[in-house]
Amino acid sequence: MWELQLHPESASKIASSVDSLFLFLLVVSAFFTVLIVTLVIVFAIKYRRRPERKSVQIRGDLRLEILWTVIPLILSMVMFGWGAKLYMIQARAPADAEEVYVVGKQWMWKIQHLNGPREINELHVPVGRPVRLIMTSEDVIHDFYVPAFRTKMDVLPDTYTSMWFQATKTGRYHLFCAEYCGTGHSTMIGHVIVMEPHEYEDWLSGGVSGQSLAEAGEKLFTRLACHTCHGGKPTDRGPPLTGLVGSTVRLTGGRTVKANETYIRESILEPKKKVVEGYEPIMPTYKGQLSEEDLIKIIAYLKTKTKPEGKR
Amino acid sequence: MTTITTAEGDAARDLPAVVVDPDENYLNTSYTVKSWLLTHDHKRVAILYLLGITLFFFLGGAAAVLMRLELLTPQADLTSHETYNKLFTLHGVIMVFFFIIPAVPGVLGNFLLPIMLGARDVAFPRLNLLGWYLFMIGGCFAIAAMVAGGVDTGWTFYTPYSTTYSNTHVIATALGAFISGFASVLTGLNFLVTTHRMRAPGMKWFRMPLFVWSMYGTAIIMVLGTPVISITILLLAAERVLGLGIFDPARGGDPVLFQHLFWFYSHPAVYIMILPAMGIISELLAAFSRKRIFGYGFVAFSSLSIAFLGFLVWGHHMFVSSQSVYAGLIFSLLSFFVAIPSAIKVFNWTATLYKGSISYDAPMLYALGFIGLFLIGGLTGVFLSTLGIDVHVHDTYFVVAHFHYIAVGGTVMAFLGGLHYWWPKITGRLYPEVWARVAALTVYLGFNLTFFPQFILGYMGMPRRYHVYPPEFQVLHVLSTAGASILGAGYLIPMVYFIWSLWYGKKAGPNPWNAKGLEWQTKSPPITRNFEETPIVTEEAYAYAD
Repeated sequence: MWELQLHPESASKIASSVDSLFLFLLVVSAFFTVLIVTLVIVFAIKYRRRPERKSVQIRGDLRLEILWTVIPLILSMVMFGWGAKLYMIQARAPADAEEVYVVGKQWMWKIQHLNGPREINELHVPVGRPVRLIMTSEDVIHDFYVPAFRTKMDVLPDTYTSMWFQATKTGRYHLFCAEYCGTGHSTMIGHVIVMEPHEYEDWLSGGVSGQSLAEAGEKLFTRLACHTCHGGKPTDRGPPLTGLVGSTVRLTGGRTVKANETYIRESILEPKKKVVEGYEPIMPTYKGQLSEEDLIKIIAYLKTKTKPEGKR
Repeated sequence: MTTITTAEGDAARDLPAVVVDPDENYLNTSYTVKSWLLTHDHKRVAILYLLGITLFFFLGGAAAVLMRLELLTPQADLTSHETYNKLFTLHGVIMVFFFIIPAVPGVLGNFLLPIMLGARDVAFPRLNLLGWYLFMIGGCFAIAAMVAGGVDTGWTFYTPYSTTYSNTHVIATALGAFISGFASVLTGLNFLVTTHRMRAPGMKWFRMPLFVWSMYGTAIIMVLGTPVISITILLLAAERVLGLGIFDPARGGDPVLFQHLFWFYSHPAVYIMILPAMGIISELLAAFSRKRIFGYGFVAFSSLSIAFLGFLVWGHHMFVSSQSVYAGLIFSLLSFFVAIPSAIKVFNWTATLYKGSISYDAPMLYALGFIGLFLIGGLTGVFLSTLGIDVHVHDTYFVVAHFHYIAVGGTVMAFLGGLHYWWPKITGRLYPEVWARVAALTVYLGFNLTFFPQFILGYMGMPRRYHVYPPEFQVLHVLSTAGASILGAGYLIPMVYFIWSLWYGKKAGPNPWNAKGLEWQTKSPPITRNFEETPIVTEEAYAYAD
């Protein structure tokens, strides 16, 4: 209980880059802190008040002002660029990243893997493979934070946010909710368990449902009779959905929108908000009929409906 | 600025001769309660503010003590989740809206700005008094909300938690902040107009003390920024009370919009806290090294550029909020620009000491301590501006430590330093110097022990606003709590000797520090109209010759 740890575990690809940048800032900061504090102490002692000596009035020095404006400016631009580079890496998941869906609610994390397994407050991932989390909240804003991976992202109601990481070390790491979310905020915690790929495959196949997320989505799609309007035929009342995810959609009024998870979610819940060009706003809303988990299933299913050939 | 000659010209000569009691001052003109509660004297309003903020400081401090005690162990032992959440909300709301923001402008700004400019009062004395009443009424709302059961949203009131999910007294608390916001606007307005219109003859812009420059920068933010938080609070109330869909997505609103509006004020509010502190430090360093501030013009303009840039960086609180990646890049870049004028100030302050004649009186100890703490606070702000690092440490104890280094290590240290420096002017009495030095060192050590471990906690991944936490964080939490008890003692010592000095302190005389500046050219305590004769300024600020 009383061991003192001064450095967090480092278990993702980005973690060591973040640590290097942190170290750089630490060195620069330490340099300026030591410089200023030393000067202050030396001056305070050397020029302490003595009856025989008077202060010397100095108005300033333009060369010094320029010097201590330009040097911090250059250093801070290096920091900005370096930090921005890491931010851009974190903002863009690799195309081959494995997708996992996360739903936050007061005060637990619900995780759904594409192959079917569901877990609560635990996330199993393979080591060495990029994993992308697609996240939403059922109530207030939460934040999915894994200190060992040096990454976090807010989890918002009514939209999807995403984050990605590539674990580099097997083990069990803290998962925290980092955005204050009410009474049980500090209990909205769990673990990310990083496993060897073969162990992970074993774990996945040991999942209870035996049915993948997309299969569950397809069943739901059929049960709700979505195909009667979105069957893919040119005469259908709704636009075709094959190859939709990731494509650019032209809306009534000429605007275009990228068909990401948030767009699809919105189009199911508020179909009249963004109507595809050439179609009538006749789709009824499914608000209140589908849970966040159901929506995830349908999205996972639609993602499997890729065009057999050519561009997505 | 030393020379005061009798104002020449007909206007001065035609004034009726006033019989002046040589012992009369602003404190002993009348002792009635009414003379205080209806005063138009900026100095008495300043004393009223001092009473108000001291009350709120110890209230907010009590909440902090309870939190630090609770955090001694990883599990919950002292309070429930609900109570802990209400404690950190109370601490944040009270300390931000009712202590730090009004502290320096309300007390030292009100007392000193007119005297430093050679004016008889602020431009609108009645509005000044009204401001204090609004501040106290706002504070009463916050206290009433606490007594009625408290509020648990955090001082940031993030939606949709605050509008839809919290079952606590959100509206009463937010209204408290809303009402006291008007006090901020009135103070800012008064300072701007007073600085423009009421400078004594010869008080040119670049002869003004740097404290006035920094209050001027602060006043701009108060007048321009505060209305935005007022509007935001009204929108929050509209959603919570009337059910209008503004921020809650379940009603068609956008929760991130709230964060934009909230930080558009609350980031500049950080500069409302730190700019006045910077002004105090400039005064203290000049007085106790007997030197003109090095690079006066650069220090003055850095205050204005911080005030200006402060309005352009709110998005750096939202790097992981789902805000656009490109917005994140721009807010990060602009945040680095704020670091430059801050660095300029630190370098110029350090250079001011060079070849000075430095004494170690208590106010100077606070000023030197400020430089060290502000350095750490400012540099860790650079860490947080750096995108790749902020993603990791955002919403952790690293942020908590950073803003306490700025707001407590910076502003409270400077406020205490300023209070010690001007205490003889305000009360006419000297405090016991030895005790004051002991207190300054106690505060400095206690502060560092409280908050430095929190940087490490943050980098380790300890999220803020956690009532219970994993056991590996305990050692650092224990250190922090130990520091807090020292810090608490450090704050109580001055309370005792300041009150003691009112009766038993030595008489200060007009200028105990032998300092420059118009405030030292009048009596201690000053007479109600500040100066017997309107001073005529013939020198720049800090015209030290020895």
